[in-house]
Amino acid sequence: MNAQPEPVLAVRNLRAYIGTPRGAVRAVDDVSLHVGRAQALGVVGESGSGKSVMARAIMGLLPPRSACSGEVLFKGRDLLTLPRKERQEIWGKQIAMVFQDPGRSLNPVVRIERQLTEGMRKHLGIGKSEAHGRAVDLLREVGVPDPERRLRNYPHELSGGMRQRVMIATALACEPDLLIADEPTTALDVTVQRQILDLLRRVQRDRGMAMMLISHDLAVVAGRTDRVAVMYAGRLAETGTTRAIFAAPRHRYTHALLDATPSLDHQRHAPMRVIPGSLPDPTSPPPGCRFAPRCAHTTDACVDPGPRMTSADGVAAGMDHLIACVNPVAAPAAADGAAPASVGAGASPNTGLAKGGDLVGR
Amino acid sequence: MAGSGTAHLRGEDALLRVEELVVEYPTKGGVVQAVSDVSFDVLPGETLGIVGESGCGKSTTGRAVLRLDRMTAGRITFAGERIEKAPEKRMRELRRSMQMIFQDPQASLNPRRSVKDLVVEGLAVAGVPKEERAKVSREVLTQVGLGSERFANLLPRQLSGGQAQRVAIGRALALRPRLLICDEPVSALDVSVQAQILNLIEELKASHDLTVVFIAHDLGVVRAVSDNVLVMYLGKVCEFGDSERVYSSPAHPYTRALLDSVPLTDPDRGFNGPALEGDLPSPLNPPTGCRFRTRCPLAEERCATEPPQIREVRPGQYVACHFPLVSGPSPDAAPATSAEPAPAAAESQPAAGTA
Repeated sequence: MNAQPEPVLAVRNLRAYIGTPRGAVRAVDDVSLHVGRAQALGVVGESGSGKSVMARAIMGLLPPRSACSGEVLFKGRDLLTLPRKERQEIWGKQIAMVFQDPGRSLNPVVRIERQLTEGMRKHLGIGKSEAHGRAVDLLREVGVPDPERRLRNYPHELSGGMRQRVMIATALACEPDLLIADEPTTALDVTVQRQILDLLRRVQRDRGMAMMLISHDLAVVAGRTDRVAVMYAGRLAETGTTRAIFAAPRHRYTHALLDATPSLDHQRHAPMRVIPGSLPDPTSPPPGCRFAPRCAHTTDACVDPGPRMTSADGVAAGMDHLIACVNPVAAPAAADGAAPASVGAGASPNTGLAKGGDLVGR
Repeated sequence: MAGSGTAHLRGEDALLRVEELVVEYPTKGGVVQAVSDVSFDVLPGETLGIVGESGCGKSTTGRAVLRLDRMTAGRITFAGERIEKAPEKRMRELRRSMQMIFQDPQASLNPRRSVKDLVVEGLAVAGVPKEERAKVSREVLTQVGLGSERFANLLPRQLSGGQAQRVAIGRALALRPRLLICDEPVSALDVSVQAQILNLIEELKASHDLTVVFIAHDLGVVRAVSDNVLVMYLGKVCEFGDSERVYSSPAHPYTRALLDSVPLTDPDRGFNGPALEGDLPSPLNPPTGCRFRTRCPLAEERCATEPPQIREVRPGQYVACHFPLVSGPSPDAAPATSAEPAPAAAESQPAAGTA
């Protein structure tokens, strides 16, 4: 459940640039991360962080006039170079995706049954009645009451929460090894969001499936993932176990974002902690650390030479918690041991890189 | 929770008082009562937070106060004046004192006007001379943090979401309103920008002696700015009271469920308590009695037959529920045991659908 012998998905030095009239938007700019077997990775970032573009690059859903480089290794095979036919065997079957707006990702004029069984029949080559039986089971698994009746419904006859459950059932239909959920609850009300988040974590655990849960909200990711990757303006800022990052975020951006997140125990009328300024221009990002213009702890070295992805706790402590920050938040005084040193004591940064596979090149 | 009643109103000195407000919309399937007998008041200088999920009627309530939506029944009193039947001409004057900002600032700004003109649009309508408008424009833009010359001639599409919301706030302020109704003002913004706008609203509230109605679905956001909160569900009031009291010991099972559904930034405890089951019932055909009963863990027969009236359960805390979570007058009473949060094991419960 936690050790990762071979990750299901390893993204290496991924760049995805999108052509616009104003120049290429560097939406994802040299990002490396991985998702282990049966593991849930949370990807957190605000708008413009590149989290959704990364998911689309993994799924081969980038818009026209975009360029992509690096590696997207799914079970060791690079999706960016694989022949089209083989890739299509993987997308939809072995990697499935759930989007933000369940209303728009379901076809409004097609009954739920056909939308749910289409993928199964294509990818698994099963007949109509077997697919029907599976569809009923799937709807039951995702908590849709009265599944037989729901299969005959059109999407507009379902509530937003029910539609998202149907989307999840559709994604699960071919028993994927990896589920990518891109802001799956952003369009939903808080009590329904809660139900869907519980559901995602439950099916992920029950099925021993890997999951990438993408959200702009740190809190959405906190209780439901094993590891977290924080992105900012196309770059990876920090990655590590969910526990380590929420206990002691080390990157200045993660720390500031956590501080600015409204909480239920915020004192009334006390000023909120803010991050001043706004996102950099994605067509010409600032040199060095992209968060430097908004950061209260910027030094000369943040701009030149800029940060490298390094171990947050020293190389000896392992390559599990990585940050790209020149002037990070001090580590908590008591060594919390949140990240047990699994990498050998004498590991050099380079061997760590090979093992963790989580490093950004520059 | 189907809450009716006016027990929680606080008397004559309220700047805004809404009594027994009903707003109905005709639809193909029949008449939807979006707001059903809702009452509340806002004292001068206070921030009232209105929270609830979609379909609870919170935005409709805000719009009805400004008479942007036609109200079916009810009484609205603003600064001592009954306005529900005021002629449109009088309403136009009154709306200078009652300004509103919306969720999507880009959509609420004329895309062809520059920032410096947008903020004084209201003054132009009121016939204020040009030189005066230019002066106010500069003042207001400075107050909302867009004082730099480079913003003055930008068009809305050249602004970020946060900057556009600042322009919208500036436009409201230029009219020197007494009441500012904010309808989900930060929901469309990134977390890092949200905090900037919330702080701005708080600052301006103090510097301009504003009274604020803050409508939002995010309980954390409402918590930060509100003195009192009104919790709504399916067109009805569930609970009203001092925000700290309501958040620390909610009396209505729905308030409790909302609080328990807010994801925590705590990797060991995903949520404070158990999930609420089921879906929102159809507003075309709301449940009899208490409208929350179909999802309420504490519902009993009485809830189906008898709509609960709002009553005080503790000093300053009012609830429309037959079986509130706090009972008795003691302000120190612990929350009812039946609803004590189960700290661990917050997830992993099968999210069963409607029964």
